[in-house]
Amino acid sequence: MPDVADFIRKLQRRRIEGSHATARQTAELLRSVVSQTRMPYTNQAAALLDSVRAVGEQLIAANPVELAVGNIVRRVLHIIREEDLSSSAVSFEGLMISEKSDDEEDVDQKGGPVLSAAAVAAAARSTLRPRSLQTLLEDGPTPAVPSKSSSAGDSEGKSKSDKSTMGKRLKHSVIEAINLLIEEIDDCYEDISEQAVEHIHQNEVILTLGRSKTVKEFLYAAKQKNRSFRVFVAEGAPRYQGHVLAKELIQKGLETTVITDSAIFAMISRVNMVIVGAHAIMANGGVIAPVGMNMLALAAQRHAVPFVVVAGSHKLCPLYPHNPEVLLNELKSPSELIDFGEFSDCMDFGAHGGAPLMHVVNPTFDYVPPNLISLFITDTGGHNAAHMYKLIADYYSADDLVIKRKSTSSN
Amino acid sequence: MDLRRPNRPVIGPKVRQVGFITPDSGSATASTSIPAVAAAATAAGSPPSSLSPVMIPPPRHPSTEMSNPHYHPIGSYNPSEQILGSPPALSPSRSSRFDADGSDFGGDDDESVALSGVGGGMTPKSSLLMRQPVTKTAPPVSETTKRDSNVSKGKAAGPSAAPKEKLTRAERRAAQEAQRAAKAAAKEAAAAGGAPSVSKQPKPATKPTNQQKKDGASGSGPLQPLAPSGSIEKKQGKKEVAAPHPRMQFDDMTKVGKLKKRAVVNQSEARNRVELFRHLPQYEHGTQLPDLESKFFQLDPIHPSVYQVGLQFLSDKISGGNARCIAMLLAFKEVIQDYTTPPEKTLTRDLGAKVGSCVSFLIECRPLSVSMGNAIRFLKNRISSLPHNLSDKEAKSRLQSDIDRFINEKIIIASKAIVEHGVSKIRDGDVLLTYGSPSVVESIFAYAHGIKKNFRVVVVDSRPKHEGQGLLRRLVERGIHCTYTHINAVSYVMHEVTRVFLGASSVLSNGTVYSRVGTACVAMVAHAFRVPVLVCCEAYKFHERVQLDSICSNELGDPDAISKVSGRKDLNYLDGWAQNENLQLLNLKYDATPSDYVSVLVTEQGMLPPTSVPVIIREYGIERLWT
Repeated sequence: MPDVADFIRKLQRRRIEGSHATARQTAELLRSVVSQTRMPYTNQAAALLDSVRAVGEQLIAANPVELAVGNIVRRVLHIIREEDLSSSAVSFEGLMISEKSDDEEDVDQKGGPVLSAAAVAAAARSTLRPRSLQTLLEDGPTPAVPSKSSSAGDSEGKSKSDKSTMGKRLKHSVIEAINLLIEEIDDCYEDISEQAVEHIHQNEVILTLGRSKTVKEFLYAAKQKNRSFRVFVAEGAPRYQGHVLAKELIQKGLETTVITDSAIFAMISRVNMVIVGAHAIMANGGVIAPVGMNMLALAAQRHAVPFVVVAGSHKLCPLYPHNPEVLLNELKSPSELIDFGEFSDCMDFGAHGGAPLMHVVNPTFDYVPPNLISLFITDTGGHNAAHMYKLIADYYSADDLVIKRKSTSSN
Repeated sequence: MDLRRPNRPVIGPKVRQVGFITPDSGSATASTSIPAVAAAATAAGSPPSSLSPVMIPPPRHPSTEMSNPHYHPIGSYNPSEQILGSPPALSPSRSSRFDADGSDFGGDDDESVALSGVGGGMTPKSSLLMRQPVTKTAPPVSETTKRDSNVSKGKAAGPSAAPKEKLTRAERRAAQEAQRAAKAAAKEAAAAGGAPSVSKQPKPATKPTNQQKKDGASGSGPLQPLAPSGSIEKKQGKKEVAAPHPRMQFDDMTKVGKLKKRAVVNQSEARNRVELFRHLPQYEHGTQLPDLESKFFQLDPIHPSVYQVGLQFLSDKISGGNARCIAMLLAFKEVIQDYTTPPEKTLTRDLGAKVGSCVSFLIECRPLSVSMGNAIRFLKNRISSLPHNLSDKEAKSRLQSDIDRFINEKIIIASKAIVEHGVSKIRDGDVLLTYGSPSVVESIFAYAHGIKKNFRVVVVDSRPKHEGQGLLRRLVERGIHCTYTHINAVSYVMHEVTRVFLGASSVLSNGTVYSRVGTACVAMVAHAFRVPVLVCCEAYKFHERVQLDSICSNELGDPDAISKVSGRKDLNYLDGWAQNENLQLLNLKYDATPSDYVSVLVTEQGMLPPTSVPVIIREYGIERLWT
């Protein structure tokens, strides 16, 4: 598939940056992957899962730091599982109560845009098999929790024509669900900024670092509700995206003060709230964020200023971080910090046993541990850092946490 | 009638105080009813927001308290105290006076009503005394409000107003005399002691003198002992350029106006001032330099060397506490060298004024650092403590050697001592982090490298000045392994760091380290990562001031340096937006590091915890700086 290779190249060369863009494009790519997958007669869900996983693995390897790619791959895998589960359950029970199941589908279609694919599937599952002690005890023989193979086994028992419609239906519903996911990624700004008025009151002084579109929309929304507040923007060296944000804010008539990153500690004592964006939210509630964020979070903690992270749910990453400062980081070119021309004479490689005397470190990300974060505002509402694991359990299935295929298991 | 009404609230609390006194006096029965009525009347008439005695701090003059044995502190409701204080013989006369007061209430006699309130708890003698001057003066109606405040204060003080007023006036005069004398002898300590009694209670009667006090230099107050402009040139140097106080509040319009009239450097105010920092000067940068250059031949009072140093400060050619201080002192040395005492003037006074005007010029170029303030204080002390019988030549050579001694002892030898202390904390294999370009830390690294210690240095830098690049270059040229990064990445590099060495512009007496902006961030991150923070600072930079945050006292740099990123042509997001009224660019120069982030202070006196700063100031500051 040519567009996969193209996308991978873009990821490798860091042509696509920012979790929103990558998430959206990954979802679109996976949608085309799903639609192009030839559906076998048997074991269709497994075939979809495999093809998505194969592409996903390459995508993740292309830019392992861009966690949004992995998140979306896992979301799609989860969608396939859920759709497979619901469709097989529908087909299983549909023999007897087919009309009812159709009704269910209709309802789902109508309420679709609001609910996420996972929620749709969960709703379908819960209506079909309400969770109660009775069902648990009685439904012994029925595949209440069908694994990949068991669902395949179910479909095997049916006639060929039935299978082909089933396959189309599965693919169709997966694509529908991915569309919903894309929509959700696009709508996350609105959903988040709707909550702005609950958090920003009159005469608030807000500090932010760098530029995040989510933060911008959040502040815009509060401004639109005629809240007047002041914003301090730390410029966020070495990318200086804070300047861009400041420009955007003053265009909307917000009173904005640009400060250097070094002045964060000096100014935070006069700030009511810190609102920042994130690169990714880890499963433990920690945050991978643009460099400098840990310093800001520490300063906020010192002065008991609430540290609020706004992020769409596509930034939720089901992985637990280990040594994230090093392993989930990326070192950029030193040219952002120093002028090569000025320091060329200091880079004398021969003189000191081959090792250069001077290193320049320019990391991209910072890890903010969960204990420094007061609140997460996602498109599903406000959450505590300790609650992140539950959100992640809603969005991802535990089987997909490790994308990497075992070399033998692929078929 | 309408004018009188507001007076009653003033009376109210006083009458109530009488109520506390009456029960213990023998023949109180007759008198109690009247104050009770009065109290009821006032309570009914007075709004709750009326002037209460609690709001006005009683000026506790020891002399007045002594002179009036019947003075009771406001807060004391202990009847036994009052029994002891007031002789029983007073009671009959008091009751009679209350009768008079009662008639006063009926007669709506404004003055006497006020009097009754004041004299309520007093001896009859004092009340009589008091009645006299007030009736004598009989001020116009417009004066009544002022007088009310006077009266209420007099009441708060306890004794009757008139004697007290006289007393305080005399006192004030005495204090002024003392001050003048002290200034002549230039004992600033004496001035500081005399000042508070004057400035504490601004009264309309003494307004002119008071005002004069204030604008001259509030430096004589106890809170601002560091008055480089000094009180010396203040009095006799009225026509001279009076220096603005280094911590002048720039949101005070009248003071700013006065300052502008005197200013040599023509500064235009920045258009978009940061609201939070209105108390600091926010000038348009880049305009002063050409302006000042063009004025070079017009400004005769300023010595060329001072002028040169001022220009270097203005253009940031010289920066860093030590460098600026040495440059200034050397310039002053030349000023002293070229100085001749004008006829009919004494050297101690005139030279002090001269130095003061130079200092004010330097302040206009760039606000003084604490180190410079301390050096100026030292110099002024030396000037004023010169014996009068010295010849000009002798005095000048003495001052010059004093300056040399200061530079040598306080700065050069001190930093050598710090280097020796600091090096003892560097082990082989250490990774040392520093921020900015502190000169002492640089020499510590150089010395440690010279004695073959094996270590690595992490240089953390920040916008907009990128001072760390200079340090990086110098260290690499010495052959020290360096890692360079920017301040945002400090938590990335902190993992490998074993020691943090920081410089300071000043260490304040609550242990706060006042230093290049960003130092607090670095210290905080180091603290979070459990890395020891060593702040290297010469003891002459210690100051008895205290500060909790970085807002109240700071210095603002050129805001345009924020919008333009040096060396990055592609970053021009804010081009053309700097004039937008919603955008403010804040370029702070310093910040205050809380003392709990500092593990140890390395000074020439040894390595100390930050809590020992007041000890150093007490033990060494006065002894060594002031003599």
